[in-house]
Amino acid sequence: MTADTPGAADPVKAPPTWTGRLRERFFGTFPPDKLLPDDQPEYVASWIYVFGVATLAALVFIIGSGLVLTLKGPQWYHVSSFGHFVNSVHLWSVELFFLFMVVHLWGKFWMAAWRGRRALTWMTGVVCFLASIGTAFTGYVTQTNFDSQWISTQAKDGLNSVGIGAWFNVLNLGQMLLFHVALLPLVLGAIVVWHVLLVRTHGVVPPIDATEADLEPVPPATAAASPVVDREPVTEATS
Amino acid sequence: MSALGSVLGLGSALSGNLDQPAHYLNWGPVQISVGNLIMIGIIIVLFVLAIVLPFPKGRKRP
Amino acid sequence: MTTTERPAEHAHAGRRGSDLASRPWTGAKREYDIVKEFVIAVVLVGALTLVLALVFSSPDDPSLTLKTWATAAPSDFVSTVVSELAGTSTSAGYGQPYNNTPDAAQKLGPLQLQKWAGVRIPVDSAQDFVIGPLKSLPQSDITSAALNAWTGASADQQAKWAGNYSDAIAKVPDGDYTKVASGDYGPVPVLAAAELAAAEGGSLDGVVAAQGKFYQTDYTFSLLFLADGSYLEAQARAQHLGGDQWGMMNETGSYPGQSWLWLYTFWYQVKPFSDPNTTVGANADAYVWALMMLLTLGLVLVPFIPGLRSVPRWIPLHRAIWRVYYRRHQHS
Repeated sequence: MTADTPGAADPVKAPPTWTGRLRERFFGTFPPDKLLPDDQPEYVASWIYVFGVATLAALVFIIGSGLVLTLKGPQWYHVSSFGHFVNSVHLWSVELFFLFMVVHLWGKFWMAAWRGRRALTWMTGVVCFLASIGTAFTGYVTQTNFDSQWISTQAKDGLNSVGIGAWFNVLNLGQMLLFHVALLPLVLGAIVVWHVLLVRTHGVVPPIDATEADLEPVPPATAAASPVVDREPVTEATS
Repeated sequence: MSALGSVLGLGSALSGNLDQPAHYLNWGPVQISVGNLIMIGIIIVLFVLAIVLPFPKGRKRP
Repeated sequence: MTTTERPAEHAHAGRRGSDLASRPWTGAKREYDIVKEFVIAVVLVGALTLVLALVFSSPDDPSLTLKTWATAAPSDFVSTVVSELAGTSTSAGYGQPYNNTPDAAQKLGPLQLQKWAGVRIPVDSAQDFVIGPLKSLPQSDITSAALNAWTGASADQQAKWAGNYSDAIAKVPDGDYTKVASGDYGPVPVLAAAELAAAEGGSLDGVVAAQGKFYQTDYTFSLLFLADGSYLEAQARAQHLGGDQWGMMNETGSYPGQSWLWLYTFWYQVKPFSDPNTTVGANADAYVWALMMLLTLGLVLVPFIPGLRSVPRWIPLHRAIWRVYYRRHQHS
């Protein structure tokens, strides 16, 4: 590794510039092979592990369909059949988003995925869940239809009862729309990025009751019974 | 957008049209729509399947 | 390796030292292609989303207007208008953040969060929903005279007129305002009739919303006025959207709603939250909010809560998730 290799530890310490220190800190915490790995621990072998990325994939479609809806304004979908279709994509991607997120949350709970100094990963994940609910809520009150009339006039009572409604006025379409398309997506996006980076840096949590002995290579007799297949054929066996 | 229009029309024709009153199920204080029950059911089924279904054998990395 | 030889492993986070879970994994690895995984996920989830959108579409029940309300339920509209003038409507007696009605705000034990927030969204129901809009619309001589009589009267006189008329309407079967007995109502019947005519004619929606401005993106007045009547709620309850119908979770039509709100709406269905005769029930919104904040905090802090963080160990679903690993490494 040379000083030109991205993420390499500089053999000579970086100059004490803000940029140098930030670069060192950033690539130290997020080396490229951790950010974009092409291997993973052997125990990451269950369908339960796909629900995090499935949630992210749904988010891609929420944002994409949301961006299309912004092109023609908040009332376009009432009068355009294509707009209504985009609205439908937005709704169903939200339903899938929460569906996958809940399965992901349940999986992470039963795996006690906060172990090994991963408490912040768990906490940012839960905050993502909550921020998503809040973002979805601002969406529901900005539909400019009967649903938003009812939801906003009901929700105001809950929020007013604890003083929040004095600042967060769910009857104010302009305020709610800006929260929904600007403020909350940025906040939620930042927390999602933080959550994913935490997973990348700490790695996927090992199984409960994993031991030091598990780190040793498995003896051939056990390997033969094991479902992990060697990439290269064992040459001694071929003759 | 006429091609798209016909696709959308076909979709509507095939659809379970959901623009009609929902059916609600009641157990004691619980009242739940069929739509929500299906969503929750799918969540549970996916969770169980995700744990139970075998995962493809992968290649080892050295 | 036997159980006793296995190094202590805890289901909680934050333990320093040589805990295996907190070190990078140095055991066996398997293949992984993170970019391919993401692309496959986007393609599959995208296809699923598009199919669901094509097949099931999405709800879009048209919004109510003051016109549709007045046309469909004129009696309810009129009695609501009169309650605005009488100061007895929900919005008129709401308290903060709309006005300073004493003892109206909800309390959370000694905490008066609603009151302490202050009047930050001032609403004068009679003026903002009735008198102001009527003054800004073309008026007949009779309506002009009624408006002058109203604004020239004392607050007590206004309350008396409107209160009398409101009581009289309530005594008529079906609240039919056209069959009210004569009484001391002042200009209130004329004002109510003028408001109804404006609503039915379609001119009231714009003036209540705009409040004299050109641009308007804040529908506070229109929505508070609409919600003061029974028509909006009747339409909502017909679709199981009422608070005591688990409505927070539901959607119009047969669409799936917001099932993730199940726990928030659950509390409203059970005592004491559902019983307005209890302190908790009379302040249900505040208490439910507080309870949900507490439970939410609990969810966020699971890694630090003894007992709760050990549940995955006591109910070992993980044995199924990692069964191949445990078999391979001969865990008993």
